[in-house]
Amino acid sequence: MSTVILLLITGLGLGALYFLVASGLSLIYGLMGVLNFAHGSFLTLGAFAGFELTRRLGGDRWEVFLASLVLGAAVGAAFAALTELLLIRRLYERHIEQALVTVGLSLATVALFEGIWGTDPIYVTAPDWLGGTTSILGATIPNNRFVLIIAAVLVLVGIVAFLRFTRFGLIIRAGVENRSMVTALGIDVRKAFTVVFAIGGAAAGLGGVLASHYFGYVSAHLGGSLLIFAFIVTVIGGLGSLAGAAIASVAVAVLQQFANYYWGVGDLVVVLMLAGVLLLRPSGILGKKVHA
Amino acid sequence: MSATSATDARTPSGSSAAGPILTVSSLSAKIKGQQVVEEVSFEVPATGVTALLGRNGVGKTSTIKAILGLIDRRGRVEFAGERIDGLPTFRIVQRGVGYVPEDREVFAGLTVAENLRLAERGGRPGARRALVDELFPDLVQRAQQSAGSLSGGQQQMVSLGRALVNENRLLLVDEPTKGLAPLIVQDVADALERAAQTVPILLVEQNLQVVRQLADTVVVIEAGRVVHRGLAAEFLDDEALVTRLLGVHAEADAPDAHPDDQNGGTR
Repeated sequence: MSTVILLLITGLGLGALYFLVASGLSLIYGLMGVLNFAHGSFLTLGAFAGFELTRRLGGDRWEVFLASLVLGAAVGAAFAALTELLLIRRLYERHIEQALVTVGLSLATVALFEGIWGTDPIYVTAPDWLGGTTSILGATIPNNRFVLIIAAVLVLVGIVAFLRFTRFGLIIRAGVENRSMVTALGIDVRKAFTVVFAIGGAAAGLGGVLASHYFGYVSAHLGGSLLIFAFIVTVIGGLGSLAGAAIASVAVAVLQQFANYYWGVGDLVVVLMLAGVLLLRPSGILGKKVHA
Repeated sequence: MSATSATDARTPSGSSAAGPILTVSSLSAKIKGQQVVEEVSFEVPATGVTALLGRNGVGKTSTIKAILGLIDRRGRVEFAGERIDGLPTFRIVQRGVGYVPEDREVFAGLTVAENLRLAERGGRPGARRALVDELFPDLVQRAQQSAGSLSGGQQQMVSLGRALVNENRLLLVDEPTKGLAPLIVQDVADALERAAQTVPILLVEQNLQVVRQLADTVVVIEAGRVVHRGLAAEFLDDEALVTRLLGVHAEADAPDAHPDDQNGGTR
C-alpha cells in the first residue's frame, strides 16, 4: 500500500513537471502551428537562473527559494518572448523552417549552457523541509513532490483564468480555432503569439527550477530529457488543448512510475500509450478536429 | 459607370460628390500557384450596394479575400483614396472594413457574446452595438450560448453582427444567404438593407432576388475577369445577358443557385 501511494504521488509530481512544459508546447502549437523544440532550453535556462540565485543568496532560505521560482519563470518568459520576436516571427507560416530553427536553437543553447556551467550535474540546495520527507499512510514522500503538484495546479488555474477572462485570452482561444478570421476582425494576432510564447516560457522556467529540486541537480540536458515526454503528453492530450495536456501529463507520469517500479519498462509503456492513442484517436484525447 | 444616379435615390443624406470608397485596379491573386483572380478592375461607390456576381468558381470569394490581403495578391487597391494593397489584413480592417466571410466562420468554441466582443475594434464597446442588438434580438437571448451550437441562420447573424458592430466605411459581405431557409434569407437581406443606409457594401450573392432587393450596381466576373459593369436593375432586366453571364434566369429562384460550392477554391 505504501508503495502504491509513493508511486502515485511521485507520479503526480512528475506529471506536474510534464504539464509545466507541455502547457506551453500545446498553446504554442494550437495557436501558431509551431512545434517548439527549443522549449526545453527555456526550462534549462530557468533552472540555471534559479540555481545562480540560490548559490549567491543561500538556497536553504524559503524566501530565496520562492525568489528563485519567480526568477526562473521571468527568465523563461523573456527567453521565450525573444525567441518568438527574433526567430519565429521571421518565419511566419513556414512551419518546417520554424521547427528547424527551434531544433538549432536547442542544440546551440545546450552547447552554450555546457560552456558556461560545464557538463557535470550541479547539485542544488533547498530549504530543509523541501529536501525532507513526509509520511503518508506509511509511505515516505519527498516534500518537493507536493510543491510541484501545487505549482502545476496554480499554473493550470492561472492560464485557464487568463484565457477565459482577458482580451488576450479571448484572442488566443479564437486564434486556436481560426487564426485568419481573427486577423480579418482587425486584430494583430502576432501580439498574441508573443504573449503565448512568454506564458509558455514562464511555465517552463518555473518548471526548470522545480525540476532541479525534483531531480536534485541542474544540467544542460535537463530540459531536453523532459521535452521528449512533454511532446508525447501534448500529442496524447491533443495538440492545442490545455485540459488535454493536464490530463495526459498525470496519466502518462503515473503509468510511467508504476510500470518502471514493477517491470522496469516505464518509457516503453509511454511510447506504447502514444502509439495506442494515435491509432484510436489521432487528434488526441481532447484535440480539436483537424481541418485545413 | 453611371453608378451615382442609382445611389442618389437610395441615400437622401447624399454624399454623391464623393469618389468611390474602393478602387480595384488590375488585381490578380493566386492560391497555391493557381491563378484565381486575373487583372480584375472595378470600383465600389461610396454609397449603396455593389453586387459582385458570376458563376460558381469564377473568383468572387477570392477577389474579396485578395482585397483584404487574406491571399497573395498583386495589383492596386485603393480604399478611401489610400493604397491598401501592401498592408496586412488586420491593418486594412482597422481602417474601417467589415468582413462577413463565406461560410460565416464564427468561432464555434466561443459564446455569441465573445464572438461579438472579439470583433469590437480595439477592445472598446462597438459604436453600433445597439443596432446589432436591435437587428438580431435572437443573439441577445443567446449571448451565453456557444456559437457552434447555433443554427446556420443564427450563425450568419453572429457573422453579420461582428461586421456591423463597428463604425465601418465599407462592408465586404460574401454569400450571406448561402444555405439558409427562405425566411432567414429575407431577414438577412433586410438587415443588410438597413446597414446599407449608412455604409457602402460590396456583396457577393447568388440569390438574384436578394441582389434585386439590395444592389444598386453590379460587377460580373467570369474566369477571374470583369465582363460586365452597370446598374443592377438594368442588368437583372436583361434576361438574355443574365442567362449568358450567370447561367440562371433572373426571376427564377434557381435551385442550383446554392450548390455546395467550389467557390474559388478559397481555403
